[in-house]
Amino acid sequence: MPLAVELESVSFGYRPGQRVLEGVDLKLGEGEFVAVAGPNGGGKTTLVRILLGLERPSEGRALLYGEPAHRFSRRRTLGYLAQRSELGGDAPATVREVVSAGRLAAGGLIGPLRRRDRELAAEAIARVGLEEYADLPVRTLSGGMQQRAFIAKALAGEPSLLVLDEPTTGVDVESQDSLAALLDGLHSDLGVTIVYVSHEFGAVERFVQRLVLVRRSIVFDGPPSDLPGVWHDPSHVHA
Amino acid sequence: MLESEFMRLALGAGAVVGVLAPAVGFFLVQRRQSLTGDGIGHVAFAGVAAGILLDVAPVLTALVAAILGGIAIELLRSRGGTAGDQALALVFYTGIALGVVLISAAGALNVDLFQYLFGSILTVTRSDFVVIAALGAVGLAVVGLLYRPLAGIVIDEEGARVAGVPIGALNIAVAALAAVTVALSMRVVGILLVAALMVLPVSAAERIAWSMRSTLALAMAIGLCSSLVGLTVSYYADLPPGGTIVLVAAGAYAVCSIVGSVRGR
Repeated sequence: MPLAVELESVSFGYRPGQRVLEGVDLKLGEGEFVAVAGPNGGGKTTLVRILLGLERPSEGRALLYGEPAHRFSRRRTLGYLAQRSELGGDAPATVREVVSAGRLAAGGLIGPLRRRDRELAAEAIARVGLEEYADLPVRTLSGGMQQRAFIAKALAGEPSLLVLDEPTTGVDVESQDSLAALLDGLHSDLGVTIVYVSHEFGAVERFVQRLVLVRRSIVFDGPPSDLPGVWHDPSHVHA
Repeated sequence: MLESEFMRLALGAGAVVGVLAPAVGFFLVQRRQSLTGDGIGHVAFAGVAAGILLDVAPVLTALVAAILGGIAIELLRSRGGTAGDQALALVFYTGIALGVVLISAAGALNVDLFQYLFGSILTVTRSDFVVIAALGAVGLAVVGLLYRPLAGIVIDEEGARVAGVPIGALNIAVAALAAVTVALSMRVVGILLVAALMVLPVSAAERIAWSMRSTLALAMAIGLCSSLVGLTVSYYADLPPGGTIVLVAAGAYAVCSIVGSVRGR
């Protein structure tokens, strides 16, 4: 299986002497749906930032589709939902405006949106089930619907790799389940490689083929069914 | 009022700045950088002082200083590890202090600085108006061309960065646009009030708008009306034009806030 992501002996600290990550080896194949979990402060978001080339490892190397992640040439193929994604600014951006922003890199920066870009944005809105809310300001929607709008934004760019960092923060349990089912549909229908990062993985456990637990280094990597029972105890995960 | 050429020129210049200032200010306000225009205005004051010292047209030196100041604020904010408000404070105070020192060195503390600090729209000449209209048209064209990427950064900066959108270059473009706007607006409302015309119409529009695009369009309309109404009121009531324009914009904010509250926003 060709590799989408390859981390080799990656260590990282935000200042000298600090080790947020240490000796991380991780290979994610194209088309995989992987959950990355671990305690808060365990290095998940740092791992994601290195994986996307937003930070460079202090040691080791990070590759995206075989290229150094920080110099990756096909960035428009990356979709990213940042931790606690929320709308910048106070202007009441609508769902359609937010999702259309996902066509920015792929559709060209200058001038108005082309018809094809508008169609792809509309398709992404339909895929996450927000058609009837498309022209409403995002802020008037529930937390779960707002996350769907941001996922649609990431999808509008037709990504081959979709990374979601804590997408269920502030989302009720019911919406978490439907979000997980939505991602499963995207994975099976579109073949998108999905990296789902969360401090708790209950919602996606039944959908992912692989679970990676991070606590400074990788402490588990395998099918969720192989996870020792003790890891299902939150006190163990967060210890 | 319209039979006087100075008023026709003032209304023309006011209209251009009334539309351009909120169009550029929109992106600053949405990114919580409302005071950037003020910071650039303070640097423009140093530019005016340098112009007086060097005996060069102060508007030109103010434009150069404003562009350098705008880029400095952006670089300090994004790369220097300096918090946004501290970067602004640094540029604010350095600009105003440099201006005072340069004016003093020129032995020109007795020069009428009021026209730069509070505007002098009634003294706009035909050639001034041509410059204001031409640069204003260029500024609006750039806003129109870059609307999508700039709005995209407002909506989700980190997502845009991951997707390879050139955030740094676009931020510099906004800073340069803000600098040109400040330099043009100097004649209309003055250095001390320039940021008001970049911020108040946008804040007012946010109260009643239904989308991002409508916020921008309403802000430009409110800016235009504030300029024209402010100038008209100042003509008949014999009030200072710059201050009157900004007070009308503040009034528009109050009205929009009330309308927004009534609509249950």
